[in-house]
Amino acid sequence: MWEQIRSNRIRSVVLVAGMALLLFLIGYFLGLAFFENPVGGLIIALIVWGIMSLIAYFQGDSILLALSRARKISRDDYPRLYNIVEEMKIASGLEKMPDIYIIDDPALNAFATGRDPNKASVAVTSGLLQKLNRDELQGVIGHEIAHINNRDVLLMAMCGVLLGTIVILAWYATRILFFGSMFGGRRSSGGGGQAQLIILAVGIVLMILAPIAAQFIYFAISRKREYMADASSALYTRYPEGLASALEKLAASTTPVKSANNASAPMYIINPFRKKGRAATDLTSTHPPISERIRILRSMAGGASLADYDSAYRQVHKRGRGVMPAASIASAGTVGLRAAAPEAAQPEPEPGKVERSREVSDLMWRLNKYKTINCACGTKLKVPPAFKGDSVRCPHCGRINPL
Amino acid sequence: MVWLFVVIAIVVILILIFAGTYNSLVRLRNRVKNAWAQIDVQLKRRHDLIPNLVETVKGYTTHERETLEAVTNARNLAQKAIGTGVGAQSKAEGELSSALSRLLAVVENYPDLKANQNFLALQEELTSTENKISFSRQFYNDSVLNYNNKTQMFPSNIIASVTGFKADEFFEVEAAAEREAPKVSFS
Repeated sequence: MWEQIRSNRIRSVVLVAGMALLLFLIGYFLGLAFFENPVGGLIIALIVWGIMSLIAYFQGDSILLALSRARKISRDDYPRLYNIVEEMKIASGLEKMPDIYIIDDPALNAFATGRDPNKASVAVTSGLLQKLNRDELQGVIGHEIAHINNRDVLLMAMCGVLLGTIVILAWYATRILFFGSMFGGRRSSGGGGQAQLIILAVGIVLMILAPIAAQFIYFAISRKREYMADASSALYTRYPEGLASALEKLAASTTPVKSANNASAPMYIINPFRKKGRAATDLTSTHPPISERIRILRSMAGGASLADYDSAYRQVHKRGRGVMPAASIASAGTVGLRAAAPEAAQPEPEPGKVERSREVSDLMWRLNKYKTINCACGTKLKVPPAFKGDSVRCPHCGRINPL
Repeated sequence: MVWLFVVIAIVVILILIFAGTYNSLVRLRNRVKNAWAQIDVQLKRRHDLIPNLVETVKGYTTHERETLEAVTNARNLAQKAIGTGVGAQSKAEGELSSALSRLLAVVENYPDLKANQNFLALQEELTSTENKISFSRQFYNDSVLNYNNKTQMFPSNIIASVTGFKADEFFEVEAAAEREAPKVSFS
């Protein structure tokens, strides 16, 4: 696990260096275009970036928590939540107990923040507390603690600052270039008109492409981190099904988080921005598709180690490469799964309109000699009478069901 | 002259490798110690919770004297086993775990008790403490695995044996009953 963190760091540093290079390029051309001297532009870029990073480093978590209107809770307010966070803290080997915050919002979401593992916070919405059972909540908290333990929070904050600086500089630069060329033309009167024009052209192309490229890098880092956190959560809880079924509930809920904004989006466990009334789709960009995350977790039949997650990932993607660094897989032994925690039985709801119409439609399928298989995820598979083969793959969760 | 530099360079590199391996061995051993301390904290918490639990259950039940006594005895034995080494302690704690799970299975027969707020809070605490014990044991075993790998694998095993690092013991679950979930029949 610790080897994984180390090799992650190298990969992330490469990606962050790519973003920093973009920032330098922007500064360089900015200086060339406006001051006829690249150093000036570089200095401006560095100052903007420096101020933003300092703010993000020292004040980032309190700003984020204040923006999401989170309030801090103690053990006596929510003993179960506190206990679950403490359990995950122990399982992950974190040294200090993170602060716990609650966001009063019916939406289902959670995030972690804090610049290092010793100064970290976990925030969950009140809706999440109500809708999830103990195992599911444990999976979600495990995911957040994994973000803290893998130092994703600081990395994503710093990447966010880089991205923000690139976007801001590019935005202003394009505006100034545009208006400058409308009213000015003073600079092109000099001797090197040809060279000026080329620099201007390259600069404009860069101003347009850099924010997009930076965004892509940012999303690549963010998505990879989400897979890692899922894998670590499964490893901590020894129970991938808990996180899988929590993600299912999160995906099915249609309320977006009211207090989320662009800066805090990648911190949440699932993308908090969704069109009102629509469930989260597979197009959410800072996060991998939820359905895929669920399928991977459900395919972890053999055990809960990072190697098991990796092979499940490969099985779902049908590609040679996994997501886990090789060092982390080689060092770990076999890790068994645990059974579900016994939960107080919930009262069976009365069959509603939907259930009754489903019963009728099942009857019609059966009359047409279709076979029905109940998958463990709750999906009912209808197999046509002409189907040849001895097993069916559930399109919803990816389990193989024998006929 | 060149040879002298080559020899010095090799010696320096060897010393660096030695220092690095030694330091990582120390780090891993400290993690194991720290993880063991964590288990102890949680076990102590469990021992503290049990008298409270026994008192609460006693008020509501009539024929469960034996089960309650078994829990109390197992708890006292487990408390005595503290500090007697990993093997003995994990055995005593295993006994206590199975006695506790028998008690919690018996409690299912008393709806009044299960509705008691005090008992519900205790049950949450106990569930969580059990989880914390198994999670800290999990982390301890992971740490021991990492440490043992380092002490037994080439080339770090040479440095480990020279400087006196020995492989550590896993915290095994002794009682077979704890590995299986308690069976509850509704007949």
